[in-house]
Amino acid sequence: MTGQTLYDKLWQNHLVEQRDDGSALIYIDRHLLHEVTSPQAFEGLRLAGRQPWRRDANLAVPDHNVPTEQRERSGGVQAIADPVSRLQVQTLDDNCRDFDIVEITINDARQGIVHVVGPEQGATLPGMTVVCGDSHTSTHGALGALAHGIGTSEVEHVLATQCLVQQKMKNMLVRIDGALQSGVTAKDVALAIIGDIGTAGGTGHAIEFGGEVVRAMSMEGRMTLCNMSIEAGARMGMVAVDETTLDYVKGRTYAPTGQMWDRAVSAWRELHSDPDARFERIVELRGEDIEPQVTWGTSPEMVVPVGGRVPDPAAIDNDSKRHAVIRALQYMGLEAGMPVTGIHLDRVFIGSCTNSRIEDLRAAAAVVKGRRVAASLKQALVVPGSGKVKQQAEAEGLDRIFLDAGMEWREPGCSMCLAMNADKLGAGEHCASTSNRNFEGRQGFGGRTHLVSPAMAAAAAVAGHFVDVRDW
Amino acid sequence: MKKFTVMQGLVAPMDRANVDTDLIIPKQFLKSIKRSGFGPNLFDELRYLDEGQPGQDCSQRPLNPDFPLNQPRYRGASVLLARENFGCGSSREHAPWALEDYGFRCIVAPSYADIFYNNCFKNGLLPVVLDAQVVEELFEQVYASEGYALTIDLENQRVQTPDGECYGFEVDAFRKHRLLHGLDDIGLTLESAAAIRAYEERAREQSPWLFDAIR
Ligand code: SF4
Repeated sequence: MTGQTLYDKLWQNHLVEQRDDGSALIYIDRHLLHEVTSPQAFEGLRLAGRQPWRRDANLAVPDHNVPTEQRERSGGVQAIADPVSRLQVQTLDDNCRDFDIVEITINDARQGIVHVVGPEQGATLPGMTVVCGDSHTSTHGALGALAHGIGTSEVEHVLATQCLVQQKMKNMLVRIDGALQSGVTAKDVALAIIGDIGTAGGTGHAIEFGGEVVRAMSMEGRMTLCNMSIEAGARMGMVAVDETTLDYVKGRTYAPTGQMWDRAVSAWRELHSDPDARFERIVELRGEDIEPQVTWGTSPEMVVPVGGRVPDPAAIDNDSKRHAVIRALQYMGLEAGMPVTGIHLDRVFIGSCTNSRIEDLRAAAAVVKGRRVAASLKQALVVPGSGKVKQQAEAEGLDRIFLDAGMEWREPGCSMCLAMNADKLGAGEHCASTSNRNFEGRQGFGGRTHLVSPAMAAAAAVAGHFVDVRDW
Repeated sequence: MKKFTVMQGLVAPMDRANVDTDLIIPKQFLKSIKRSGFGPNLFDELRYLDEGQPGQDCSQRPLNPDFPLNQPRYRGASVLLARENFGCGSSREHAPWALEDYGFRCIVAPSYADIFYNNCFKNGLLPVVLDAQVVEELFEQVYASEGYALTIDLENQRVQTPDGECYGFEVDAFRKHRLLHGLDDIGLTLESAAAIRAYEERAREQSPWLFDAIR
């Protein structure tokens, strides 16, 4: 028998039933819930008179709609100004109470973006199958877990049966060897990969990220990388377990302790691809070649290095590609061939499940320290990914650095990543954002998003336009 | 879930690649706690000239005359003809809910994003994959002839054009079976309850840390 990939092992470990038609019943260890994609699932359970199969497998936290302004936030659910948002958060509270599911509520010190909270609390662990009604569940794959987003019908299915009906994906390895230049981060690696393989490049595949660059990455960096596998078309991205993983997990609230920890660790040490494992597809990048990235268009694959230029449609042969570029340039209000550093910014957003962990905030703070954001900027928002991240940042004095620079320091949540709360772009505004999607209208109707790393966003905030953070 | 066997339906074109779920149903409409009523806001940003708000009366809003669904010739369409990587982006099931609520039962495209593809089957919506070249030809025919309708036969996995041309498509057996019979997924899985319990017992032995941590 040939060796197994990490994905093969995780799949095999959770196989309840293989069916003749090629589908399989897969057991789900951890189910995370938030307020946007769960109400209809709970409603479904109620209508069918069903109960959750295993309550201790679930953990809920509101994040998408929660206000991030201290004043509105401090009053809890009742104080949420937008009645529709309030109803959604309230509905999550009610459902968790009715179905006896543990919820980290809005003003709990542990509250935050579900994909930041899961690993941080040790609720997601190596070797687990992790699902959530949110496509960025791929983030948790950084721990050596099989983690992916699901739709609301599947949320209901997992609640009711603790399983999912799945088809096995193909294996894909993205290997980045060498070393990154200073100033280049996991976010730039993720964008460079997407620029290379396209937003459908990973469709139908489970991606494993490997190579020297990934091995050298912190857990925060690995989470950023796995987070964006969905932007490369892959539902799941993962990284093999190593000492970095174990150091990160140890001591977390829901992680095993004592003898149980030792047993878990010996099982987790198996969580890597065998040397002779077979991948259907292998993509290789060199760390040294990756430069800080900036997206110029309306899809994450519309990305160039910061020293590059916005493309010129006249130079593109393929009809459908050329039209896509013309449409994107029009939406983004950019001129063909202009340098990326010539894009002027209206707002800056540092946050989201891609880049709101402590390391991200440290990187941003290091850049703005002792400086002021450009007078031309309307707003520079820093939104920590969780209450724990916020506490840590404040203990390190990062909040002061941001505030002194003229940036806003907010309460944790998804915030301007998708603009379901009050934080959003106005029509036509350009935003340097550390989030993961630059789709039309994603950060507000008519808003123009440029995806970058936290350090690049911070430097852009000071300069008022994009600059190469390597020259900082 | 509604059954899907054979249907004949008017085709509407969605002529762009990488249509993401934010475009199919913008996030402000995700605040609903219901499954229905998303149809009027399908493709909201393309369909209307103003910014849509939840709970608004859409019949009073200014329509974008250039958007196909606003043109009389595509009124009542139930088949959506689309381009590659349709449904990319977020996992929101509101996207198939909106398509279904609007009246679509079938999408024809060269490729789909994985999560969206999967979500369609949960909602009685059939995503058909046809060769990019065939899709290109279908676009030409839709534009050329008003009232252009396709027949979609799931049992025989076949799409038929008005002039009798037939194209086969692939669909996996389990999904096909469920859609043909309109079966409830949860009910089907619960038939395997004993296997699930047996799995749990083994897992509890081998990896006890996976149980009872959150309570
Ligand atoms: S931060 Fe953005 S991408 Fe992440 S879960 Fe929230 S809305 Fe989704």
